[in-house]
Amino acid sequence: MRHIISLLVENKPGVVSRVSGLFSGRGYSLESITYGETMDPSLCRVTLTSTGDETAIEQILKQLHRLIDTIKVQNLTDHKAITRELAIVKVRADKGYRAEIIKMAETYKATVLDVSTDSFVMEITGSTRKIEDFIEVMSEYTILDIARSGLVALEKGSKTTKGKKS
Amino acid sequence: MERTGSQLIVEALKKEGVDLIFGYPGGAVIPIFDVLYDHPEVELVLNRHEQGSVHAADGYARATGKVGVCLATSGPGATNTITGLATANFDSIPIVCITGQVPRNMIGNDAFQEADTQGLTRPVSKHNYLVTRRADLGRVLKEAFYIAQTGRPGPVIVDIPKDVLNTILDDEYPEEVSLRGYNPVYKGHSRQIHKAAEALNNAQKPLFYIGGGMHLSGAQDIFRQIVDKTGIPVTSSLMGLGILEQEDPNFLGMIGMHGTVAANQAITDCDLLFSIGVRFDDRATGDLNRFATHADIIHIDIDPTTISRNVAVKIPIVGDARTVLEEVAPLLEESKAHDWIDEIKTRKKLNPLDESVPGPGLSPGHIIRQIGHVFPQGIICTEVGQNQMWTALFYPFNRTRSWLTSGGLGTMGYGFPAALGAQAGLPDKRVIDIAGDGSIQMNIQELATCVDQKLPVIIAILNNGYLGMVRQWQELFHKKRYSHTCLTAAGQDNGPWNTDAQTPPPYHPDFVMLAKAYGAEGIRVTKEEEIIPALEKAKSITDRPIVIDFLIDKEANVWPMVPPGAGLDQYITGQEA
Ligand SMILES: Cc1ncc(C[n+]2csc(CCOP(=O)(O)OP(=O)(O)O)c2C)c(N)n1
Repeated sequence: MRHIISLLVENKPGVVSRVSGLFSGRGYSLESITYGETMDPSLCRVTLTSTGDETAIEQILKQLHRLIDTIKVQNLTDHKAITRELAIVKVRADKGYRAEIIKMAETYKATVLDVSTDSFVMEITGSTRKIEDFIEVMSEYTILDIARSGLVALEKGSKTTKGKKS
Repeated sequence: MERTGSQLIVEALKKEGVDLIFGYPGGAVIPIFDVLYDHPEVELVLNRHEQGSVHAADGYARATGKVGVCLATSGPGATNTITGLATANFDSIPIVCITGQVPRNMIGNDAFQEADTQGLTRPVSKHNYLVTRRADLGRVLKEAFYIAQTGRPGPVIVDIPKDVLNTILDDEYPEEVSLRGYNPVYKGHSRQIHKAAEALNNAQKPLFYIGGGMHLSGAQDIFRQIVDKTGIPVTSSLMGLGILEQEDPNFLGMIGMHGTVAANQAITDCDLLFSIGVRFDDRATGDLNRFATHADIIHIDIDPTTISRNVAVKIPIVGDARTVLEEVAPLLEESKAHDWIDEIKTRKKLNPLDESVPGPGLSPGHIIRQIGHVFPQGIICTEVGQNQMWTALFYPFNRTRSWLTSGGLGTMGYGFPAALGAQAGLPDKRVIDIAGDGSIQMNIQELATCVDQKLPVIIAILNNGYLGMVRQWQELFHKKRYSHTCLTAAGQDNGPWNTDAQTPPPYHPDFVMLAKAYGAEGIRVTKEEEIIPALEKAKSITDRPIVIDFLIDKEANVWPMVPPGAGLDQYITGQEA
């Protein structure tokens, strides 16, 4: 099962490599990792996705928690979290298909960022599922390139993750 | 006060109560050495290899209970520390390792003697730092000492660019640390503690299982009281030796691949395993599917990641061993499991350790027992291999912090420099490294350090002419195909040892000559009646290291043994093999 783990860490050099190194060093699966500053610039949020059975995930959470720079570790299952991913997709857009592609993009609320004589670059955000659907639809045409961001997530509701390690 | 980074470092060492460090100089750390020149109150022991420095700091820390400090230069100095750091990290030993780094403007440029020390040491340390601003230096050092010795202890590396060492700033060494992500838990959960006590009081077949965490937390006295009060038998991991006297009637010896029969049987049969400060390492547990299958497991550990990692734990307690045991103790009663306790003690009597050997050489078990007679209060270090297991089985351990061995990483070359560090820290003790002829060659250069420092470390080499433990596996599991484990001159066994102590064996190096070349004492022992006199002679020498080359039986094995992958109940003894 896929787990979404959200970490609050000190915004210090080396922190992200420490987090990712934990996964490679202990042989845990790491499918995506994203990070960026939070409201408090001294803190970073790292969102990562990993698969494994309950005991494996339990270990991963404990090990992440053990890192000196970790302030908070949360296991956010899908229903507890708002999750988003972003993808930038470049497709070949030959004359006959241009209108059709734009139509498809509209259906998926993708934005066209760049237009050339024979290609479009589009941006789409949403759940991983939505992105994957969009990519599948676009592969009816010729996909030239894709860049995906990996997942970012935040817990639903008004609870915040600021403050002390728990 | 205005001062350079290097001056601040020495100030920090003094504030942290450090008066002895281990190190090796180089371009990047010359500024620190320059300050040390004027500060004899911080003494530096000059090792002959940075690996020796880290192991020495580690041995010092294990024996004294203080933080060990070592200092190395950038690049090769730093890379040479890796094995020592990994060793300390695995066994949770508090070390602060200061390394020099190339100046900031050269980092990343493949500068001379540059290495990514932070990247290299990350997986083998509790925490590490690259100090990129002079203003951070004091805070980082303060944090390093704090992190190293609190919670589950471990090594912390502080990598400092040379220009930071030279930068002058008006600052003070901080008094306090504030790390919002780091709050080690010492006190156990009170409901869990009550549950654990109740389970122990009601168990039909209770057993204590103790490990290295007991030494680290200083739990010896409280545990002694608990054992006296409850009468429950005790086994330990390799690292837990010394908490109870080896001779104590409640103590069954260590469990595991080379554990005692009584201990391994007790694990297999118990119905409650009360484990404290252990990791359930695979060398201790054997096949997990056969490990303590009838038992509910209670596990006390300061590190939550060790709990329920290898075995399913019924009552987990996160906390410091001593703190938790102090809370458990008043809740415990004398055990009603008299039948079990009697049975266990009988089993211990029925399965004495066997020190006999197949061939004409000396018996290692016998030698170690004699070492125990002559040095009953010794601080005992070992290398890794048969020497380590024989020592664990045969030396009469009797107190905490007197047993220094690389349990987790299993580092050959650990024992001698660790002995040096322990001896430097505790000049009034006698420190003995029980070594294999293979392992001792991994850090033999530290003889020079010992001679310089007048440290009377005794190195008892159990010389079998083989990488004995590997040979034992080859004998038992690879049809005696002794591939590259014979250390004699031709790489082949050339018969029994020469029994004339004056003539060197067909072997290199001649350890007696080698000791003498370094200015140490060298003694060769080939006959049983020479063992005690040699040890007595070693005892009388107090101003230099002594190497005793014991020519032991070449094919002596460690028994009992649980074959790799088998369960603890599937041990074999020398007789059966
Ligand atoms: C640095 C290192 N390299 C290799 C090993 C693997 N190893 C474990 S025991 C052993 C043999 C040790 O031989 P020796 O030091 O002569 O001791 P003995 O087993 O004969 O007592 C080896 C090679 C190790 N533990 N450490």
